[in-house]
Amino acid sequence: MTTSTQSVWSAVAMIACVVICSTIGEVLTAAAMKSIGDLDDIRAHSGLKGAIRAVVTCPLFFAGVGFLALAFFSLLFALNHLNLSLVAPACASLTLVTNAVAGKIFLKENVDRRRWTAAVLVCIGVYLLAH
Amino acid sequence: MNTLPPISLAHPATLVAAVFTPWIALGIALLIGFFASYLTALSWADLTFVLPATAFGNVIVALFARFWLHEAISLERWAGIALITIGVGFVAQGPALTEQPAVELSSDESRAIAASRRVEDPDAVSLTEKEPVQ
Repeated sequence: MTTSTQSVWSAVAMIACVVICSTIGEVLTAAAMKSIGDLDDIRAHSGLKGAIRAVVTCPLFFAGVGFLALAFFSLLFALNHLNLSLVAPACASLTLVTNAVAGKIFLKENVDRRRWTAAVLVCIGVYLLAH
Repeated sequence: MNTLPPISLAHPATLVAAVFTPWIALGIALLIGFFASYLTALSWADLTFVLPATAFGNVIVALFARFWLHEAISLERWAGIALITIGVGFVAQGPALTEQPAVELSSDESRAIAASRRVEDPDAVSLTEKEPVQ
């Protein structure tokens, strides 16, 4: 395997690591918030402290935040080795698509044609903005 | 962070001191506000609704950069702004939350539920019983 092929594969691996960690983190956080219930209702019923207690006593939430932190440090690692103009657009736009797929599979969300269109349009838009 | 002197790992205390700089403290407070709002939105809306909607922040950042920092924005970036705006408009038109799939009921069960609702609320009028609008 040549050096250039190796560097391409290492770039793909680093970006994939950021995207996968970010997607797992987002899905776990979303699942945690769904299991807690509407925070506006909880705040109306038991105040701001009650709402904060409901969030910080949910283990799923901490699992999600842990993966989001892992995604952040993976991003820093990738930025240390690759160009910002490659990492930022690739991670930002790919994460939107993987989240749409993960939301449909794991959270059983109704990702209809409208949401797919929105995800793809925003994905291309973020790519153009960050490129 | 650009206005601060270079921070090295040999002196981590300077990094802690940087947190109390007014602009950085304001940035951290706004990030905490963002995360609290994001979690509240996730508690009543789908992830596939919230994520494209929050991407509108990129558009706001680009507009701030153009009109506050007087940065030049290329045609490619304006196209990106337009696409994100259209995408957010698309997703905002639909429902925010996926309805749980309804349990399949037999016709007898449906009739029983409808009858019990009529007993609970005798003033309720079904659509078929409504008088036509004159």
